[in-house]
Amino acid sequence: MYRYDEFDQDFVHARVAEFSDQVQRRLAGEITEDQFRPLRLMNGVYLQLHAYMLRIAVPYGTLNSKQMRMLGHIARKYDKGYGHFTTRQNIQFNWPALSDIPAILADLASVEMHAIQTSGNCIRNVTADHFAGAAADEVADPRPYAEILRQWSSVHPEFSFLPRKFKIAVTGAERDRAAIQTHDIGLHLKKNAAGELGFAVYVGGGQGRTPMVAKKIRDFLAEADLLSYCTAILRVYNLYGRRDNKYKARIKILVHETGEEEITRQIEAEWQELKDAELKLPEADIQAINAYFAPPALTDRPQGDDAVKQARLDSKNFSQWLDQNVVTHRHPDYAAVTISLKGIGEVPGDATDSQMEAVADIAEKYAFDELRVSHEQNLILPHVARADLKAVYDALVEIGLATANSNLISDIISCPGLDYCALATARSIPIAQEISQRFASLERQREIGELKLKISGCINACGHHHVGHIGILGVEKKGSELYQVTLGGSADENTSVGEIIGRGFSSEEITDAIEQIVDTYLGLRLNPEERFIDAYRRVGPAPFKEALYAGETKAA
Amino acid sequence: MKVLTANRLSDGIAVWYADGGWAETVGHADIAHDKAAEDRLEAIGAAAYANNEVVDVNLIDVDVVDGLVEPVRLREKIRAAGPTIRTDLGKQASLEAIQAA
Repeated sequence: MYRYDEFDQDFVHARVAEFSDQVQRRLAGEITEDQFRPLRLMNGVYLQLHAYMLRIAVPYGTLNSKQMRMLGHIARKYDKGYGHFTTRQNIQFNWPALSDIPAILADLASVEMHAIQTSGNCIRNVTADHFAGAAADEVADPRPYAEILRQWSSVHPEFSFLPRKFKIAVTGAERDRAAIQTHDIGLHLKKNAAGELGFAVYVGGGQGRTPMVAKKIRDFLAEADLLSYCTAILRVYNLYGRRDNKYKARIKILVHETGEEEITRQIEAEWQELKDAELKLPEADIQAINAYFAPPALTDRPQGDDAVKQARLDSKNFSQWLDQNVVTHRHPDYAAVTISLKGIGEVPGDATDSQMEAVADIAEKYAFDELRVSHEQNLILPHVARADLKAVYDALVEIGLATANSNLISDIISCPGLDYCALATARSIPIAQEISQRFASLERQREIGELKLKISGCINACGHHHVGHIGILGVEKKGSELYQVTLGGSADENTSVGEIIGRGFSSEEITDAIEQIVDTYLGLRLNPEERFIDAYRRVGPAPFKEALYAGETKAA
Repeated sequence: MKVLTANRLSDGIAVWYADGGWAETVGHADIAHDKAAEDRLEAIGAAAYANNEVVDVNLIDVDVVDGLVEPVRLREKIRAAGPTIRTDLGKQASLEAIQAA
C-alpha cells in the first residue's frame, strides 16, 4: 500500500503542529469560536450533541494492521472504547475532548494518518471499491488513481474554498461497488478498444435533500488526462457553482441547472486550455504510484479447496459465512472476506477497541497486513488464502464479528442519527437495530436474498436512504420521529433514486411496515433469483402501496 | 419555560446554566418563566461564549417533572441523557451509577 514519502510526512507533521497551536490558542481564549470553527473543520473536528467528534481519513478505505491498532488505541485512550466506520470509508470518534485532539493527531501521524479535509468545502477523502486489487472482475486497481487525486487535492490552493464539499469515487470494475454515480465526480477505470487504460467520467451525482444520479459526460478519458480533466470540472464548478444558497451549492445543482450538454461543453472548453500543460500525468509518475499498490506476493495455495470443503462439512455456520461473506479473488487460491460490522441488533459500523486490535492481528497473520473499510460500513480482508479461511472465521467468531449477513437485509447502512448528530431530526440506529432483530434468522434473510436497506436520520442522507433498495428517512413531525420509506433505489452500475411510497410511519410502526414490504416482495417475485430491486423494477410501487395502505383507504 | 444550554469549550460536554455556573446535568438548571428572565439567560450565555467558556449556546424549552427540569424536544432529551442506544454512556451513565448506589 501507499507509504508516505518525506514530503507527505513533513506535511502531516507540520499540520499537526499548526493545528495543535490553534487548539492551544483557542483554549487560552486567544481566538474566538468564529475564527476557530473553520480551522477545526479543516481538521475533521465537529461539535455534536454530546461532545466533539473527530473524523479521521482512511484514504480509499485502505489500512494496514498498525494503523488499525492505532485506531483501537485512540478509541481506548481518548474516547469511550469504540469508533464508528462511515459511509465514506472513514472512522469517527464520538467523544474526544478538544484538549486531547493534538495528542490524537500526533498519534495518528506516527502511523501515516490524519484528519485533514474530512470536513469543509474542499475535496474530501477519495473513495474506491473496497475489493480494489483483489476483485476478480477488475480491469485495474483504482487506488493508484485515488492516491494521485489525493495528492493533487490535498490543500489545493484553488479548491480549498469551494461553494460546497466535493466527493470523488473511483471503481476499477464494471460492477460498481463504490457508488460512483452518487458522487460529485465518479470515475470508472476501464480499457478502450486499443487496450489502453482510462476513465468514464460521471459528474453531478449526490444525495442530500436533492438526490441526483451523475451524468456521464465522457465515455473515455486517457489516464494521463486525469488531473487536467478533474481540474477543468472543479474550475467550472468553482466559478459557476452557487454560493448564495447552501442547499443549492453542490455541483449536482449546477449540472442540473446548466444542463448536461452545456456543462459538458464548458468543462471540455476549460480542459482544452489545460490538457497539454503541466497537469498531464507522466507515465513514470503513474508507474511510481502504481508500484506502491503492487499486490502482495500471493503464493499458490492449492490445498485451499480441500480445506474449505472439509470445513464446510464440519460447520454449517462456517459454510453459511463462506457463502455470504467471502467473494472470489483474482487468484483462484485466495478470497476476499467481508467482516460484518452489522451483528444482529448491533450498531451498524461500530467496532470496539479490542475488536479493532483483534482484526489487525488477523490481517497481519492471514491477510498480508491489509484491511479495507467499505462504504457499506464493514471491514474487508482483501487477500486471504482459501486454506486459511476457517482459521480467519474462527478468529472472527471469537470477537463476535462473524455474522454471515453481507448484502442481506440486516447489512444495514445507518447514519449516527439523533443519538449523536447535531443535524439529525430523528434516530436511525435504534430503527436499524430493531429491523435487524426482526429479521435475525439467517435462514429467513437468505431466503429474502440481496436486499440493501439504508437509513438516514435527516434529509442530508448520510445513511444513503435514497439509493437503498429500501430506504428509510427519519424526520421530525409535530415533535415526534416519523419515518418515510422509499423503494427502488440502488447505488451500483444501475444507480437509481428510490421513490417515496406513501405516508410515513411512527417509530413503533416502521419495522412492521418493512416486514410487510418484504413479505409483499416474497409473494410476488418470479423466483428466488429475482432480487428485491429487480422485482420492484418489474412491478413498480403499486403492490407495495396496496400492502401498506389499502386497509387505511378502506377504513376511511 | 426555558433554560440555557451549551457545550463546554474544552471537552464539548453538554452543560446547562444553573446556580451561577454550568452544570453537567439539566435537572436543576435555572428556569426562565418570562421574557425578561429569558433575556437575562441569553445575556449570560452571550457573555460565557465571549469569554470562551462554552460554545453552541441555546435557550431550550423545558417542563418540570417531579421537581426536575426536563427538555421538551427529543433532541434535547437525548443531549441531556446520552445516546438512547448506549445507556452506559453520557449523563445517563452516571445517573444510573447514582441510582444503583
